[in-house]
Amino acid sequence: MDFTFTEDQLLFQESAREFLLNEITAEKIRGLWETDSGRSDELWRQLAELGLSSITVPEEYGGLGMNELDFILIAQECGYVALPEPLVHTALVAVPTVLAISSLKDEWLPKIASGSAKVIVGLEANLLVEDAHLADLLILQSGEELHALKPEQVQLQYNQSVDPSRKLYSIDWTPSKDTLVAKGPEGRAIINAALNRGALGVAAECLGLSQRMIDLAVDYTSERQQFGKPIGSFQAVKHLMSNVAFKLEYAKAPVYRAAYALAHNLDSAAVNVSQAKFAASEVA
Amino acid sequence: MDLNYTQEQNDFRAEVRQWLATNVPADPLPSFDTEEGFQAHREWEVKLYEGRWGMITWPEAMGGRGADLLQWLIFEEEYYAAGAPLRVNQNGIFLLGPTMMEYGTEEQKKRFLNGMATGKDIWCQAWSEPNAGSDMAAIRAKAELSEDGKYYIINGQKTWSTRAVWADWAFGMFRTDPNSERHKGLSFILVPLELEGITVRPIPQLNGLPGFAEIFFDNVRVPVDCLLGEVGKGWSVAMATAGFERGLMLRSPARFQQTAKRLVELYKENQTSADRDPAVRNSVIKAYMDAEAYTLATYQTACRLVKGGKIGAESSTNKIFWSELDRDMHATAMSLLGARAELEPHAPDAAGVGSWLDGWLFAQSGPIYAGTNEIQRNIIAERMLGMPR
Ligand SMILES: Cc1cc2nc3c(=O)[nH]c(=O)nc-3n(C[C@H](O)[C@H](O)[C@H](O)COP(=O)(O)OP(=O)(O)OC[C@H]3O[C@@H](n4cnc5c(N)ncnc54)[C@H](O)[C@@H]3O)c2cc1C
Repeated sequence: MDFTFTEDQLLFQESAREFLLNEITAEKIRGLWETDSGRSDELWRQLAELGLSSITVPEEYGGLGMNELDFILIAQECGYVALPEPLVHTALVAVPTVLAISSLKDEWLPKIASGSAKVIVGLEANLLVEDAHLADLLILQSGEELHALKPEQVQLQYNQSVDPSRKLYSIDWTPSKDTLVAKGPEGRAIINAALNRGALGVAAECLGLSQRMIDLAVDYTSERQQFGKPIGSFQAVKHLMSNVAFKLEYAKAPVYRAAYALAHNLDSAAVNVSQAKFAASEVA
Repeated sequence: MDLNYTQEQNDFRAEVRQWLATNVPADPLPSFDTEEGFQAHREWEVKLYEGRWGMITWPEAMGGRGADLLQWLIFEEEYYAAGAPLRVNQNGIFLLGPTMMEYGTEEQKKRFLNGMATGKDIWCQAWSEPNAGSDMAAIRAKAELSEDGKYYIINGQKTWSTRAVWADWAFGMFRTDPNSERHKGLSFILVPLELEGITVRPIPQLNGLPGFAEIFFDNVRVPVDCLLGEVGKGWSVAMATAGFERGLMLRSPARFQQTAKRLVELYKENQTSADRDPAVRNSVIKAYMDAEAYTLATYQTACRLVKGGKIGAESSTNKIFWSELDRDMHATAMSLLGARAELEPHAPDAAGVGSWLDGWLFAQSGPIYAGTNEIQRNIIAERMLGMPR
């Protein structure tokens, strides 16, 4: 029994964190709201250079060959800075999905690993597909089937979210024999795996986001003065903060356990992910 | 990360399970808040000691097994799953014992540890006073050195001392420097409760049993070799007693996991009526998940400590988590039992109520003892989050 991360995993987290904190500032995120795509090619190139987009791509396809557990702390850091780029989606959803589809993996995994292409997966569980406009390849669900489509084979309709960082699209497309890449029980298995990994990613991001909210609130309440003292010295304020802090502490272990379960293909993985997502999103 | 138990850990678990299966009394012992129950629990401690299961984390030379924290968690899981008796001697083995190993003289270790281990000496804690609860530094009970320097003469009152009614010894803090204030001038002293001048007055708890007591000291002469640690340094010794690793020992997750499992069983037994309110079902699931989260987080911490890591400020979160979890689980059980919830187990229509009512009453005190949860929230805000005082 060893429920700890390795030195390497912690170092990787540390370096990702440093990069993200420097690069993904609130000003930069707001700046991106003004652009058409809302995303930055330059930033994606940098993320790829750091190896972040290729973490989960197997080594024979030019990636780092790491698993969900290696990535989980990085996903947490992505949440901490509210990274708008589809990094968590790529590492936890797109890459494993492409890897599971034999007709796609040889062509697309090396491209993902080098940062030269993005693959976006759209499942029926979600009303809309985030970042569909960035995709060089879309993998879309129709019942138990998965289809791979090029951007020119689909019509995107932008839906504005209250959060300008979210780029949401409905997709008009027609499944055909030519686009079909997985079906039946195999298709269902790939879809379920993608749902679980997606939920795990959200859970990890929620941990990071919660920590950020705590940090921002601590900074603010330590500075802001009323009645001649920082408002953070008032117990009513302290207790509100403590309530979030202790709940966050107990949401972490379920998320890491779920990442471990997925990385080791445990039978309990789906249940573990549900628990992780519930715990972490409650805190956030 | 490897969430599998090692072969050694599995073997250890099997050994514990085997021993408990042959030794745990078939019928639950009477409550240790009764005289007869106290005696029965004392005898159980002897049995544990003889099997070398009394305090497995103690060194072998002291009757333990030198077990690490992970073995401890495994032991506890088996212990609670087997429905083994509560530990009447927990103050001695989990709190005072480890503190004494750190602060005691060789002489004291020889004299006291064995009695703690065998259950011959049952210890109670004497910190709280009528005017010193959360604010423990307000302690007033005095211990003055006698003229010949051989005794501390103790005067004052302690209160809320759990299991003091039938305990043999008390440990606690007393003001040895009459001119001192707050945290200074306090000393950690061990007191035999049979000494002249001591009056123990039982306090009935909500369930009517004398679970704790007031202790009055009237010129009680305690030999100076009962001082633990340096004179005037009682505060730091006491902080070690209250320290987290011991918190982990005292409130290992097994107890809450077991309650969560029983809660799920209770839900299944009462499913038809329970499902009329979907919120009840959600509370059951939430309780189960929270108990598991507490377990996972504890394993995480234990693994870090076993590998030589340090405990961080986040450890102050555990008291709130387990006590509120315990309270919520028992509240959910009360909802599940509906109109039967308030019935004593022997009432004619009390079928299936088990010990939930007693558990619920006790769970109300979790947010109070061991440092109230308001105090814990202050600590989290100030020490973990660094908010201004
Ligand atoms: C079941 C049980 C067993 C116990 N066993 C023992 C024992 O064996 N030995 C022993 O010595 N003691 C024991 N105690 C006593 C326990 O340690 C005290 O009850 C506890 O420290 C609180 O002190 P108090 O009861 O005097 O409450 P107070 O300190 O008077 O507190 C009353 C209320 O005010 C709040 N409050 C106080 N100060 C602050 C603050 N600074 N900020 C915010 N809120 C505050 C508290 O949180 C609480 O809600 C036991 C208590 C219980 C319930």
